Amino acid sequence: MAISVRIPTPLRKLTDGKAEVDAAGSTIQELFDNLESQHAGIKEKVFDDEGEIRRFIIVSLNGEDVRYIDGAATSVSDGDEITIVPAIAGGV
Amino acid sequence: MAVSKDQWLKQLRSDIPEVSPEDVRSELDAKKDVLIVDVREGDEYRQGHLPGAVHLPRGFLELQAESKLTDSTKDIIAYCAGGVRSLFAVDTLKKMGYGKVRSMAGGFTRWKQNGHPFDVPEVLDDDDRERYARHLTIDEVGEAGQVKLKKAKVLCIGAGGLGSPAAYYLAAAGIGTLGLVDYDVVDKTNLQRQILHTDDRVGELKTESAKKTLLGLNPKIDVKLYNERITSQNIDEIVSGYDIIVDGCDNFPTRYLVNDACVKHGIPNVHGSIYRFEGQVTVFWPPKGPCYRCLFPEPPPPEMAPSCAEAGVLGVLPGVIGVLEAIEVIKIILGKGDLLVGRLLTYDALEAKFRELKLRRNPDCKYCGSDDFPGYIDYEQFCAI
Ligand SMILES: [Zn+2]
Repeated sequence: MAISVRIPTPLRKLTDGKAEVDAAGSTIQELFDNLESQHAGIKEKVFDDEGEIRRFIIVSLNGEDVRYIDGAATSVSDGDEITIVPAIAGGV
Repeated sequence: MAVSKDQWLKQLRSDIPEVSPEDVRSELDAKKDVLIVDVREGDEYRQGHLPGAVHLPRGFLELQAESKLTDSTKDIIAYCAGGVRSLFAVDTLKKMGYGKVRSMAGGFTRWKQNGHPFDVPEVLDDDDRERYARHLTIDEVGEAGQVKLKKAKVLCIGAGGLGSPAAYYLAAAGIGTLGLVDYDVVDKTNLQRQILHTDDRVGELKTESAKKTLLGLNPKIDVKLYNERITSQNIDEIVSGYDIIVDGCDNFPTRYLVNDACVKHGIPNVHGSIYRFEGQVTVFWPPKGPCYRCLFPEPPPPEMAPSCAEAGVLGVLPGVIGVLEAIEVIKIILGKGDLLVGRLLTYDALEAKFRELKLRRNPDCKYCGSDDFPGYIDYEQFCAI
């Protein structure tokens, strides 16, 4: 079962430039473990050493920040839309 | 034979009770339930009128009395410029069934001469009416909304990619006071997107260059310049007095200072950011919605953010995001529509797709979640975007 994950521009160098990649898993945690096996380095961009989502990254499930659901333990299923939204400072 | 004007006036004076400006003043001061009606023309009214006066030009008296003077038993005092036109007006009102109507002797001229207080209504002049004609015809703006825009004070942080389109449209829309903060000078590489600047101004301060363009478009606004880098030391002074802040800066330390100042002073923070082909827009305005720190409690460390070497942006992208910021500013001032409060709008130019992310306040937010302001933090300036 594949769930599509939207990759923001700054992380696309880890996904061969792809804006959207498929991953498998039943929780956010599993999804990113699976992503890491396909695109090494992506997990540490999103999670810190304690396994928490980094404080300057939002992982959203169908438009909702997973922090306000169950964090990394949030369950996901087929058809869900996962988006990674990083803090961006640029403006000029 | 027709009655002469003087004869008629004499007749009116004997029939209509007149009241002196001093007596009107004491009735107003005593908070007597009396309705003051200004029967002069619009241009006279706009020069100043008695406090609380209802404007009912004599030429429209019969047509508008019913809607503007709903209670025919109420005490009414009419006035004009010198006390003559109001006699005729009162005569008409009496014929229309208004029972307790008086005329103020000497009119507004004597009222003003004798030093009584008056209000100058906030209205647009003829030039404004022409300039903003396409605003005046939409109900959501109209004259009252345009006056609000004129009275508004908006501060743009950065006169670059986002600040250019935002400030440009805000100036066009008639924001009365536009502040610009930037310490940089115009560089040739800016011109691919920073539309306030021009080729012959390379090397000039961005604020000065921006001011020329903005006043060229709309000379009726006031542009205030801050040629400095924002720090914890100067931010309170810079933001104070502004109604709304447009964040279009290019670095994390400034974004956090701007957020924290907006939280501290209760100023809505219209936030936009861009990277290559992607942009984000939202409005941070606690307690209506989250602040920047509710989303991102801390800036990324240098090694986790794209470095300046990777910087690059499609020149048109800041146009899209900066203009979306300007629209939110206008909506806040007019009090119209659904704001991007608690919603992050993301735009991907390559896909031509907007997406929306629901944002929540973090109850544990150290800045907007507590009454004690924790203080500003000057994060290390590092080259990241
Ligand atoms: Zn907050």
